[in-house]
Amino acid sequence: MWQYVLKRLLLMIPTVLGAAFVIFFLLRALPGDVCELKLGGEGAYYDAEQIEICRNNLGLNEPLLVQFGTFVAGLATFDLGESMWTGRPVAEEMAKRFELSLQVAIMATLVSIVIAIPLGTLSAVYQNTWIDYVVRTVSIAGIAVPSFWLGILIILALLSVSEMLTGSRWSPPLDYVPLWQDPAYNLSMLIWPALATGYRYSAVATRMTRSSLLEVLREDYVRTARAKGVVEKIIVNRHALRNAMLPVVTVIGIEFAFLMGGLVVTEQVFNLNGLGRLLVDSVTFNDYTMTQGIVMTIVLVFVMTNFAIDLLYAWLDPRIRYS
Amino acid sequence: MSDSTLDDDILPPPPSTLKRALTFAKKQPLGTAGLMVVLAFIVMAVFAEQLTSFDPEASDYMFMLQPEGTENMDGQVFWLGTDDFGRDLFTRIVYGAQTALFVGIVCALIGSSIGLVLGVGSAYFGGWVDMLFQRVMDVFMAFPLIILAMAIVIASRSPAITQFIPATPDNSIYFVIIAITIPFIPKCARVVRSSALTIREIPYIDAARANGFSDARIVMRHMVPNVMAPFLIMFTAFVGQAILLEASLSFLGLGVQEPTPAWGLMLKSSQEFIRSEPWYAIYPGLAITLAVFGFNLFGDAVRDALDPRLRSQ
Repeated sequence: MWQYVLKRLLLMIPTVLGAAFVIFFLLRALPGDVCELKLGGEGAYYDAEQIEICRNNLGLNEPLLVQFGTFVAGLATFDLGESMWTGRPVAEEMAKRFELSLQVAIMATLVSIVIAIPLGTLSAVYQNTWIDYVVRTVSIAGIAVPSFWLGILIILALLSVSEMLTGSRWSPPLDYVPLWQDPAYNLSMLIWPALATGYRYSAVATRMTRSSLLEVLREDYVRTARAKGVVEKIIVNRHALRNAMLPVVTVIGIEFAFLMGGLVVTEQVFNLNGLGRLLVDSVTFNDYTMTQGIVMTIVLVFVMTNFAIDLLYAWLDPRIRYS
Repeated sequence: MSDSTLDDDILPPPPSTLKRALTFAKKQPLGTAGLMVVLAFIVMAVFAEQLTSFDPEASDYMFMLQPEGTENMDGQVFWLGTDDFGRDLFTRIVYGAQTALFVGIVCALIGSSIGLVLGVGSAYFGGWVDMLFQRVMDVFMAFPLIILAMAIVIASRSPAITQFIPATPDNSIYFVIIAITIPFIPKCARVVRSSALTIREIPYIDAARANGFSDARIVMRHMVPNVMAPFLIMFTAFVGQAILLEASLSFLGLGVQEPTPAWGLMLKSSQEFIRSEPWYAIYPGLAITLAVFGFNLFGDAVRDALDPRLRSQ
């Protein structure tokens, strides 16, 4: 087991280095740089000498390989440097936004689990009945609805319902307050994006629960349990569901990792100042250090989540644990 | 007695296409409904000019943000109202189907085809080729799509690219296609690879090798046709995903550019008027949802029909 953990940890290194390589050279391949934007802006007059000084200060005139070496060395020591646009430490700028994005991602994942597992189980147990058709239609609709449109519909519904009940229009607050400071305010702001994204992601997990459970329910050991006269409820809940959870865990885990960087559009609809918006802003401003910092954080969350899923696999499935 | 006569005696004649279609419709009612929706959107895209008399790109500032059913001076009705440029929403949704289907089908076809060849190739060669391929796929899977899309869009506006491909609204669609297709490749390659790994172990591959066939021939002629089931499943899923991604990118201003009719772009413009003119945001979103819904329902049925493990007993 420890050998496996070590091997998986080592395999993460090339992925992280590869992502670092791609993001570093991708950003440098784009036209313009932060100094031109800071000192000139588009089409305006700017002093070439000032730009050179700015580039020297930010280390942009160093050879690319040296810059890449500095970036990778910083990564190894968890030093993401300072933002080229604001001059403040990247880690500090990211911290508050990371908190918001992480909370939405966790809440959306919880929403998706609460919806997906019971619905997927019902759909599999009652395969090809009206229950199955309703669940499948609801879940496929979930995948089809763009979460930003669902967000717009939620906002529209909140406006009309609040107007109907109180006479004035209420929309979710815009300033982020951490959960532990004011839970009610925090939840009244973040529950809506979590619902919009959670419903969408529950659809994928519902389908996975259904197909995985259908497969397991056709296994020989389930037939044996039935032949022994075990109650169907116990067969499903205790024997089948646990084994059917393997691919579901993978899907939920991958979705969680994806949510960390994939909330850009939802953040736009709900006016949230999260990691996604910071990422879009930093690419727009050619802020190399900030973009690299955010992308590498997202990549790290992705590979770590995949690693956690693999370990969870071993825990859920003894065949993997003992092999 | 010849072999063919023997086969005729034993095997029933293969069912006709119509019979197979009817069996599919009977076994997969949701999938058939999905196919109907898909066909409706295809008809909408192909016969857009016959379905509406308005120009999708012509502004009419006399009729900005009009509600459903408003009539203009010529007695033409804006069935779903107008946008902030006075353009008919129904017309833009109908023409938007052309953009959505074009992006959806092209991205899915290119992404899944490249993924198919790479996935099968990786499984066939195995060893360090497979290992290296897996790591490259890991990087692309972990990489946020939005960064890739932004980089491609920003690059498309740089002089180095515009001297070859001018930055026009019509050309913007090709860059969107590139941005959406790239992440599809590793997704398809992963799924196909896992199927191809099983096929590689079947003796007929060894037999092909023993016959001295080239690697390319074994991969393309003997392995690729045997992983068509996961390929088709991925392809149908990708069409819906590509339509959604195109809408998301256009919504962020990174996709198709004005005045091209695109559903995501319409949603983007509607955001400003969400409180006063809610219908503006509702119809384009409904079009995206219905189209993706249709492709997903059909894709699901294709998966159920092709995967023997999921067939009902």
